[in-house]
Amino acid sequence: MATTPPKIKKKSFIYHIHPPVIPENTLKFTHTWGFGGSALVLVLMQIVTGTLLLFSYSPTPEAAYPSIMTLQQVILFGRLIRNLHHWGGHFLVLIVFFHMLRVFFTGAYNSRRKVNWWIGLGLFLCVLTANFTGYLLPLDQLSYWAITICTGMFDYIPLIGTGIQKIILGGTEIGKATLSNFFAIHVALVPACLTILMPFHFWQIRKAKGVIYPGPVDTPGGNEISKVPSVPHLVTREAAMALAVIAAVFLFSVLFNAPLADSANPGLSPNPTRAPWYFSGLQELLQHFHPSVAVFVIPFVIVCGLICLPYLNFDKEVGGVWFLSQAGRKIGIISAVTAFVLAPVMIVLDEFLFKTIKILPDWPPVVTSGLIPVALIMGFVFGFYQIVKQKYGASREEGMQAVFILLLVSFIVLTVTGIWFRGPGMSLVWPWDRLTTQIAWVK
Amino acid sequence: MMIKKDQLQTTDEIFETRRGFLKKLWIGLGIVALLEIAGTIAAYLWPGNRKADAEPVGRIITAGPADDFEKDSVTAFRRGQFYLVRLADGGFMALSRKCTHLGCTVPWVASEKKFICPCHSSVFDVSGAVVQSPAPRPLDMFAVMIENGIVKVGTGKKTKRSGFDSSQVVYL
Repeated sequence: MATTPPKIKKKSFIYHIHPPVIPENTLKFTHTWGFGGSALVLVLMQIVTGTLLLFSYSPTPEAAYPSIMTLQQVILFGRLIRNLHHWGGHFLVLIVFFHMLRVFFTGAYNSRRKVNWWIGLGLFLCVLTANFTGYLLPLDQLSYWAITICTGMFDYIPLIGTGIQKIILGGTEIGKATLSNFFAIHVALVPACLTILMPFHFWQIRKAKGVIYPGPVDTPGGNEISKVPSVPHLVTREAAMALAVIAAVFLFSVLFNAPLADSANPGLSPNPTRAPWYFSGLQELLQHFHPSVAVFVIPFVIVCGLICLPYLNFDKEVGGVWFLSQAGRKIGIISAVTAFVLAPVMIVLDEFLFKTIKILPDWPPVVTSGLIPVALIMGFVFGFYQIVKQKYGASREEGMQAVFILLLVSFIVLTVTGIWFRGPGMSLVWPWDRLTTQIAWVK
Repeated sequence: MMIKKDQLQTTDEIFETRRGFLKKLWIGLGIVALLEIAGTIAAYLWPGNRKADAEPVGRIITAGPADDFEKDSVTAFRRGQFYLVRLADGGFMALSRKCTHLGCTVPWVASEKKFICPCHSSVFDVSGAVVQSPAPRPLDMFAVMIENGIVKVGTGKKTKRSGFDSSQVVYL
């Protein structure tokens, strides 16, 4: 195709956000998987369906649940709108997470993309906040208790935790003030932040001369970037992806109803009580570690790691190549398999062996289920990094990527365990056994 | 003749310093204004300042005559969200029904004589002490007062404790 950039005649504000021409190589679907665009489509869908829901929802403790019942049973297409908003929100968390992984594994967070990585983290926080605050609004048993245990986790953050919990709840437990807080954050604060951050995010991509180029530009044959006009090349692809996403959410919403349990009853905790699925990894950590480690130390380290990521001083300019290199892929697979085997083994060992057999003397729980496990894990991760470096000759980037994959897969295993392998009393069960008990109380 | 340093300044220099000073003043005032706005928002949002809670602070619930409660029994008070416990030795305790792990409501399982949390299976004995983790500390307590044989419970303030001791029990 054309090797010289085609001339774009019209001037338009939209070109600050959406490029008039783009490098041909970045069009390949498997280069970006269209995650960013899909996330935008989902956000727009959430705004439309959310606005529709606003017309029938009442944000008071007495009226919230009945208004959802009316919405579902009386209003034409009410259930469909709620399903679209519910599943759209879950899809959004998932897609934004995949988008973040794509950016990480193609190394698109360095130098001039540094600021955009942070904006992206901010957007991810917005999406999680939106989902979390939206979770409470139906005020059924599922949402009431999920929010109770999630806000209960704040209590374990040293010094400021109890204060944060009180501010979020607007008191000591879920009530009128909590619903007002969550509603205001859900329908005003988060949409406002998204509206500011999203255009900024897109403009930053334009500033960085488009999405990351596949492969270092200075390699032979990469000097001359062949460019094509966005219309029709990019726009048709974006439209196709958007339609596919909309179709997927609609299909899902027609097939599966958004869950709604009984009206919230502060006197009766369901058994088991689960956090929303994106926090079930955190809840699973709580089963194994001292709460201050599970809800403070580990998340704190992860968040700091994500923020500091662009500051990792790489030996060479990397980016654009999936998993850095051929060696990076091989080492990545080794880390993934290691975590995929070790994490379930550790969960089962902790559940059945360490709880019954006392290995450590009667030290305080902060030491036995806090300091010692954390020290062991840190030792293991450091050892793994050294082995990967020495045995497989991994570069520093490849080593860091291996550690990232190790932690990522472990976290996915924890999340899956929390969602599907925990039954009554949070005991380990098979998913097919669990299903029967869940149907019993979710109508 | 001695000339003061500032007399040497030209008109421009005087304007320059004046401008610099005013600029700093503007920035300073801007920061003060921002702090005021932030303070106002924080004060507005601070829990307890807005809508009056349904439960007024420092509320006292009259449980009833002490003799109405059998020894070694647990009575749930839904209104005050606590359990009034009468131990085998006749002492009274008022325990919060909120699990100290993550805040679920803990039911009294009479057949096992234990509080068993349905959320993460913490178990507490009749005095609220932890029998089985993950709960990190015993159930929180409310103050029990016995006046003229009538048991009253102050639900205004919860007391956290690290373990059970006899000073927590109120006797007739």
